[in-house]
Amino acid sequence: MTMQTLPRRLGAAVVTAVIVWFLSVRLDTFRDFQIAQVAVYVPAVAGVTVLTGLSGQISLGNGAFMAIGAYTTALLLLHLNWPFVAALVASAAVTAVAGGIVGVAAARLRGPYLAGATLMLGVALPSLAFAYQGVFGADQGLSVTFTTPAFLGATFPLTRWQAWVSTAVALVTLVLLSNLCYSRIGRNWRAVRDDEVAAALDGVNVALTRIRAFVVSAVCAGLAGSLLAIVTSLVAPGAYTITLSIALLTAAVIGGLGSLPGALWGSLLIVLLPTYVTDVATSHGLSSSVGSNIPIAAYGAVLILVMLAFPQGIQGGLRRLLALFTGPDAKTRIPGDAPAPHVTPQADEAPASQTEKEGTS
Amino acid sequence: MKRNHRLRWQAAAIMTVAALAVAACSSSSTSSSSAGSGSTSSSAALTASAPGITATTITIGSHQPLTGPAAPGYSEIAPAANAYFSYVNAHGGVYGRKIVYKYLDDAYNPTTTTTVVHELVLQDNVYALFNGLGTPTHLAVVSFLNAQKVPDVFVASGCECWNDPSKYPETFGWQLDYVREGKILGNYIKQHYAGKKIAYFYQDDEFGQDGVKGLDMEIPHSMVVSRQTYVPTNTNVAPQVTAMHASGAQVVVSFSIPAFTALLKLNSLKLGFSPTLVVSDVGSDPITLGGLVTAFAKQGGATVNGNQLINGIITDEYLPALNSNDSWYVLFKKIHDQYEPKAPLDGNFFYGMSVAYTFVQAMLKAGRNPTRADLVTAIQGGMPQGPAVAPYSYSSSDHSGITGAYMGVINNGVVVQQGPVLVTDTSPSGAITTYSGSEQQAPASGIPSP
Repeated sequence: MTMQTLPRRLGAAVVTAVIVWFLSVRLDTFRDFQIAQVAVYVPAVAGVTVLTGLSGQISLGNGAFMAIGAYTTALLLLHLNWPFVAALVASAAVTAVAGGIVGVAAARLRGPYLAGATLMLGVALPSLAFAYQGVFGADQGLSVTFTTPAFLGATFPLTRWQAWVSTAVALVTLVLLSNLCYSRIGRNWRAVRDDEVAAALDGVNVALTRIRAFVVSAVCAGLAGSLLAIVTSLVAPGAYTITLSIALLTAAVIGGLGSLPGALWGSLLIVLLPTYVTDVATSHGLSSSVGSNIPIAAYGAVLILVMLAFPQGIQGGLRRLLALFTGPDAKTRIPGDAPAPHVTPQADEAPASQTEKEGTS
Repeated sequence: MKRNHRLRWQAAAIMTVAALAVAACSSSSTSSSSAGSGSTSSSAALTASAPGITATTITIGSHQPLTGPAAPGYSEIAPAANAYFSYVNAHGGVYGRKIVYKYLDDAYNPTTTTTVVHELVLQDNVYALFNGLGTPTHLAVVSFLNAQKVPDVFVASGCECWNDPSKYPETFGWQLDYVREGKILGNYIKQHYAGKKIAYFYQDDEFGQDGVKGLDMEIPHSMVVSRQTYVPTNTNVAPQVTAMHASGAQVVVSFSIPAFTALLKLNSLKLGFSPTLVVSDVGSDPITLGGLVTAFAKQGGATVNGNQLINGIITDEYLPALNSNDSWYVLFKKIHDQYEPKAPLDGNFFYGMSVAYTFVQAMLKAGRNPTRADLVTAIQGGMPQGPAVAPYSYSSSDHSGITGAYMGVINNGVVVQQGPVLVTDTSPSGAITTYSGSEQQAPASGIPSP
């Protein structure tokens, strides 16, 4: 099965790349900027989806990992003039270490305690920018210079280049993540998520598995932070508040927890929804005090709507729609995307599979 | 049971898809309508001479803190400017063109500023960015605007950073910059409180640092016994106030936003520390400040009269005082009552109207069919004074703005002028002199003459 899915996933990535390339060339420079922004959030949301959806741990601190990646990139570009690719790799490495440290603590915590601990990280870390403002530049942050390479010509729009770079990184991340999910590591995550005791009896090192998930999720966030630095040309603490961490989690839930394509839907939503809603509000003559608060309300409304209509997120909903056409059995095909039992519509079947598992192990 | 489920999913899915489609359609129709109006140029005299300019409209954009921590007070500025533009539009516009002012919320978050300014420049094709508010926020986009050659006029921040014509040829400040303001405040303190112990309390960024730079040019270092900073995200300023109290300071100079002036006042009250308070114009609008002092005290379970508590605060002011004898006040109140009657008529509203007036002056000077470069040239050629009490410094080598202010003291909700208008420059050796010219009168029509 793995043999066949790898080319399929690579194919999907190539097709997406071609679509993005086509869109970026055909649409105006502002759309390019939006493509770049969506692509920035894809790895971060995918990281959350893997952590929460597959390994069953919750994190309200992934915004802080994005900050670590962003500041690492900014400092390396600013002071050492590293090429961006090197800074990107370095950011991933630094966030891997940070994720490992947090993961060690996280491996001992469960549920609300883990959420609380990561929430602390998300709240406290951006404040370091104020504590060491000589290095991090406080409120104003650090500005990042990112230019188009010379071979593209002087008139090549910067936003298109940003869109290309971000999309490339996002797609590579998604392909690597999907391989990981189907590998032994991914299977262990799901085993630990569903039943820690059973997984431990099967010889899975529970703590190590959980730490690994944290490291992978942190690296994804670090890559996203690094991309955000070059797309907005700025790294400032205002971007990495707790609101960002919550937005990432929301995007993962709306897109479909545990589903990598869902990360794309979630990212599209958090980038495009505020702009569209504000435009609609202002074009209908709403006052600015109402119009500027509407995106947050719309966000909440979409979350409620999606959760009511598709408990498995947008990707789950799409798959369900697809199943209507391809027959009732198609929807259970992909093992990696099976959600936690209590939210599945087939909940009535869950006890049966549970006893079956207990019987075999 | 299961079939029932599926039907419900289908219904919900279809509903969502329909909702999304409606949203997509309405947004695409707005963008196509704006593109459509951009291509019409039937009038012989008025042409689409630059991006954002059509035969009938001038579209400008801005980033403003409409929500978030900086919103109280500052969120009134853009609606006030828009009220003035509505007035101008209703009275013939600028050479017949109507000003369309699109201001977007950045919540005072520099990263959001980047996004909304990209939208304004790349999607809405604004002619100019007008009065973008905030030092950290605007610093995030100043390079982008200059690279795109978009006029970046009358930034709503007194940072010295906007006055850098070689690096930022498109960018112009407007309000009195913090270095000049610091010098004028420092000069007053040196004259009136010789030999007293002085403490500084300031925001730890370009705003506070520029202000202190100006203060230090005037006040001898030996007089300053304590220098305390705050960051806008941490509202606990008790340690700083305690330190100033312990240093025996008799005069506290504060470069703070209104919320932190209020916190400084309340924390001093709690400690029984009652120095003479000298506050930058940014943090001293009496109506905003009095309201904040009352509100913060209430949150802490105390009842105080904010307006009474802030009596006696010394400040400076570069726009006319809010009193009914002033021609500008009469004009702006008339427009306020007609277009934005619900907004408080305070210093922020006055600010928004005044800067909008200056923009209309600049557009009239730029000519009938201006390019973007024409606007920059027009401002660099010098601007008539308008509502400001002191002249502008604009030239090809100076993009800073208003050059002076008068000292005042807060009394029952208004700033009462003390002494003449003082003007100066940003250099340490530059003298502070009394401005000999007089304040301009508002035109009877309310619209500047070309």
